[in-house]
Amino acid sequence: MAEEKKLMKGNEAIGEAAIRAGCRAYFGYPITPQNELTAYMAKNMLDKKRVFIQAESEVAAINMVYGAAATGTRTMTSSSSPGMSLKQEGISYLCGADLPAVLVNVARSGPGLGGISPGQGDYFQATRGGGHGDYYHMVFAPKSVQEAADLTYEAFDLADKWRMPAMILADGLIGQMMEGVVLPEERDLASLPEKPWAAGQGGGPRHVSSCILVPEELEAAVRVRFARYEEVRKAETRFEEVNIEKAELVFVAYGTSSRVALGAVELAKKAGMELGLFRPISLWPFPSARLAELAAKGKRFLAVEMSMGQMVEDVRLSVASSAGAGKADVQFYGRCGGVIPSEEEVLAEARRILGK
Amino acid sequence: MELTYGHPKSLKPIQTKYCPGCGHGVIHRLVCEVIDELGVQERSVIMNPVGCSIWADLYFDFDSVQVPHGRTPAGATGVKRCLPDHLVVCYQGDGDLAAIGTAEIIHAANRGEHFTGIFVNNAIYGMTGGQMAPTTLIGQKATTAPYGRDPGEAGMGYPIRVCELLATLEGTRYLARGAVNTAANTRKTKQYIKKAFEMQLRGEGFGLVEILSPCPTNWAMKPGEAVEWLEENMISFYKLGEVKNTIDAASASPATKEATR
Repeated sequence: MAEEKKLMKGNEAIGEAAIRAGCRAYFGYPITPQNELTAYMAKNMLDKKRVFIQAESEVAAINMVYGAAATGTRTMTSSSSPGMSLKQEGISYLCGADLPAVLVNVARSGPGLGGISPGQGDYFQATRGGGHGDYYHMVFAPKSVQEAADLTYEAFDLADKWRMPAMILADGLIGQMMEGVVLPEERDLASLPEKPWAAGQGGGPRHVSSCILVPEELEAAVRVRFARYEEVRKAETRFEEVNIEKAELVFVAYGTSSRVALGAVELAKKAGMELGLFRPISLWPFPSARLAELAAKGKRFLAVEMSMGQMVEDVRLSVASSAGAGKADVQFYGRCGGVIPSEEEVLAEARRILGK
Repeated sequence: MELTYGHPKSLKPIQTKYCPGCGHGVIHRLVCEVIDELGVQERSVIMNPVGCSIWADLYFDFDSVQVPHGRTPAGATGVKRCLPDHLVVCYQGDGDLAAIGTAEIIHAANRGEHFTGIFVNNAIYGMTGGQMAPTTLIGQKATTAPYGRDPGEAGMGYPIRVCELLATLEGTRYLARGAVNTAANTRKTKQYIKKAFEMQLRGEGFGLVEILSPCPTNWAMKPGEAVEWLEENMISFYKLGEVKNTIDAASASPATKEATR
């Protein structure tokens, strides 16, 4: 039976979902606006006799995750934008050694120290393999506290299934706000998947490494990984559509900016205008095929982001591969620096584009 | 007939890639001999660092986890916390431990992590080709200290005594410095390693064994000259012996004796 709905902060809901998913080792370092998550894990992981360490840095935390993941343990770290930059070295190693882990970025605005208000300027870093070398990992963007909990819970299964990190790309608004959430069931730790590749189980040596010095062998290993990426694209692409059929213009937005865009769709409806929302839930893999289909049907797009335009590049790449390539109209509206756009200004931009 | 000495079971019977006169081969063997004597091959994990000793998976016949440069103690922390009944060996060179990884070693030691550091100090960067290390002696030449390490005008800093530095941290229980330049020093080093591993298996806090080791290739010496240079130059600065040992003191106390009776 499902549990009762609780009022929780996004950061805490992510923490509780991770614990219920069977996270047995959490490593973090303080940074705003994700501090409630680290504090939640400290209290609740220690209460459950699971591993919690406040590391000396984000660099150390991600490498503790690497060590824990190498033993086959479900493990997680969380941070915010500047801290995620520091973790990129470790993320590259996790991907190079095919290790599952869950990474949470409660993003703020940058570059540099930037500000602590919500931002979506980490899209490139998250979706392009922000560290060195040829790799990707899964990235999921929740729009609400409920979805943050659900995606975090599922991220552990997906990371194990595909042997790669899964990132939750939230932002300061999702992390800080309180909403009703129905939490997922506690996983029985004995039911978690076997990991025959992991170190520490006896029965002959196992080596966890990303180091292959023979060029042809390294190329072969990277190609195997990229073949797996194609499978991930087929299986794990997620998106949500609102009022697409009737829409004269379709907003493309994820996370917090998708909430604003949805508000603009509703405002438009009251004014007798039909607008739609296409919301990528998986940012990698990006739902390119569906956007290409919509472009082929003649749909026009307005990407709305809390950045100077990052996801919009994926929208343009997606429609470039459609039957109507070249004709597809992709516009962009963004705010940055921690400014959240209003529904009214987003609607005004749509009106400007449509000449209404 | 009883076999009294032979090739360690935990060490694969293959030739290493190490240069003639390198200390790594001897140190690998010491680690494996102790693992065999303790009977823990099936539950040992070695953290192999970035540097010449990165090929642990070629030589050690037990599990290995290869981590980024300097992050070895952080990786070892993750492994050991998840496998508390395993022997976790954090094998590091002087660049890995005393330059890029200073934050990680200090904090792992300070938390009293229950793994053992094997710190190979050859006073030079080996794999990258003879650059100055944090442990390079004053006046010692390196490709990045062509006129010798100069802490004065050139601002190259001073050699770091890692055991003495870590000894101030309450999380550390056992810190010893050995060398593999002579048979006597090698035997003594093995005793330190054994003490540290036994302590780890009892779950008694952080231990590290620093091992002075020759690097003839990057010191531009013949192997014979290198062991002599180590004796004459390194040991006078990096004094051999147990720098910190609170396990013997603890086991001598009446309370501990009572508890183990």
